[in-house]
Amino acid sequence: MFAAELVTELEEIRARFPYPKAAMVPVLRRLQTEKGWLDKETQAWVAEFLSVNAIEVHEVVTFYPMLYADPVGKHVVHVCRTLSCEVCGGKELWRHLEKKLGVTRGETSADGKFTLRAAECLASCGTAPVMLIDNVRHEHVGPEEADKLLGGVG
Amino acid sequence: MKLSSVISARFGKPDSTALKGYREDGGYATWLQVLSEKRAPSSLIEEVKTSGLRGRGGAGFSTGMKWSFVPGDSPKPKYLCVNGDESEPGTFKDRQILEMDPHQLLEGVGIASYAIGAHIAYIYLRCEFKKGIETVEAAIREAYDAGLFGKNIQGSGYDLDVHLTMGAGAYICGEETSLLNSIEGVRPYPRNKPPFPAVEGLFACPTIVNNVETICNIPHIIKNGAAWHAGLGHSEDPGSRLWCVSGHVEKPGVYEIETGYKLQDLLDGPCGGMLGGRKLKAVIPGGSSSKVLLPEEVAKVTMDTPGIRAMGSSLGSAGIIVLDETTCMVDAVLNLMRFYAHESCGQCTPCREGTPWLVKILDRIERGEGREVDLELIEDLASNIEGRTVCALADGACWPLTSIVRKFRHEFVAKIPVSARKDVVSA
Repeated sequence: MFAAELVTELEEIRARFPYPKAAMVPVLRRLQTEKGWLDKETQAWVAEFLSVNAIEVHEVVTFYPMLYADPVGKHVVHVCRTLSCEVCGGKELWRHLEKKLGVTRGETSADGKFTLRAAECLASCGTAPVMLIDNVRHEHVGPEEADKLLGGVG
Repeated sequence: MKLSSVISARFGKPDSTALKGYREDGGYATWLQVLSEKRAPSSLIEEVKTSGLRGRGGAGFSTGMKWSFVPGDSPKPKYLCVNGDESEPGTFKDRQILEMDPHQLLEGVGIASYAIGAHIAYIYLRCEFKKGIETVEAAIREAYDAGLFGKNIQGSGYDLDVHLTMGAGAYICGEETSLLNSIEGVRPYPRNKPPFPAVEGLFACPTIVNNVETICNIPHIIKNGAAWHAGLGHSEDPGSRLWCVSGHVEKPGVYEIETGYKLQDLLDGPCGGMLGGRKLKAVIPGGSSSKVLLPEEVAKVTMDTPGIRAMGSSLGSAGIIVLDETTCMVDAVLNLMRFYAHESCGQCTPCREGTPWLVKILDRIERGEGREVDLELIEDLASNIEGRTVCALADGACWPLTSIVRKFRHEFVAKIPVSARKDVVSA
């Protein structure tokens, strides 16, 4: 199901732990980077890879906000919604992005390019407002800067 | 206001992340000395205990004391877990260490693991720290290649493997027992204590969980001695800490200062005063889970555990959120309650059900549809949540909430329609 090279990498991750199950989150994150989201087949593959039941993988996938059990757009945009960002330009950034992409938080744009998600504190409060595009952090993001950044990956 | 530079000394240096630069600055000398002298682990624990170092993650427990709880005679393997899940709103210091001086952390990991008798250490980082993860991963590889980790390190007979692992965006995983479940690959619900992790932690083995900044203090303490550390800042809560300032100041950022300074001096000095010269309304001094301070309290408070306790708050994770006169405190606390409601793991009913109820009540007040009795309802709910859950997340939600409702009651009342105010209802 996955390239031999990737499987070798996953085996290296698994070997860091005395029990294979402990490799759960790093393995899922790695596969999500590869596939965009964690479909049923991928979850079943992970269950076998870690010698656990499929439900144990599903329990973990559905717990964490940064593991996606549903399809996402080509790029995932996380905008911080917590206090320091909100009071330092975050509200404007939210309004701008929702309008620009024609979505509300959690949704994917009609062209399938961007999923706009809310993130809780991204630990960069001193450089508010902050957002991630495909997990890369961008700081001091005003509306114009946001346009540039989205244009850059789109 | 005197800034200090123990932990942040190498921040911003060119190539601050590379092993070469770290060693040129004297890095790893302490780790190698511990190994070559075959230091007695108990002497290291004693040194850290005497230094007065308190954990930098938020709870502020004595690090040396925590280490001493590891049963030395246990036949089980022991683990060190470094908590780099930094997610407390207002806190952004650990991320800077990870991105700017990973070897300082790794040297601390070496010494701490040796002290508690661990042969495996896990560095747990939140997956949103892409740069931090890449930087630490590269640093671990460099350290292995230089023979600083691995089997029989430098011929000392001591083995240590250091691995990186990660969470996936859940605040709760910063709670130490949740972090252990997260590493084990199960749903990361916090565990009941006791047993404490030092006795029964990761894979049911003795485990020490320490914050990133805490671990970074270790090489400095072992190098310079407990007395040196105990002499920094306030005598009851010594040390040099990274303080994260965000919100409405001219120069937000991370400032390293010895404990015991005056908060007002930090805001007026290094932070450049209030943004746009506006007036201060409130400060949340220790990450979002600490109780709010009014301007007159900010003017008096010293930043050390006794000083802030005297004002009824806590230093927590040293995340200082500054709010000016343009801030609506109903909005602000609603924002925070949405955070806690979202991050509640769902294990305990009071927190799982209670935090969304709080959001619902605050939201209706915010929309101008509240009643004054809602303020009593908030207090009642909070007192039925606080202290009734496995972990401290729910307490952390109630502390800022009730302190803000009490200190800014007039702002809440102002949003309540006149017809729903007490004096009208009871008339």
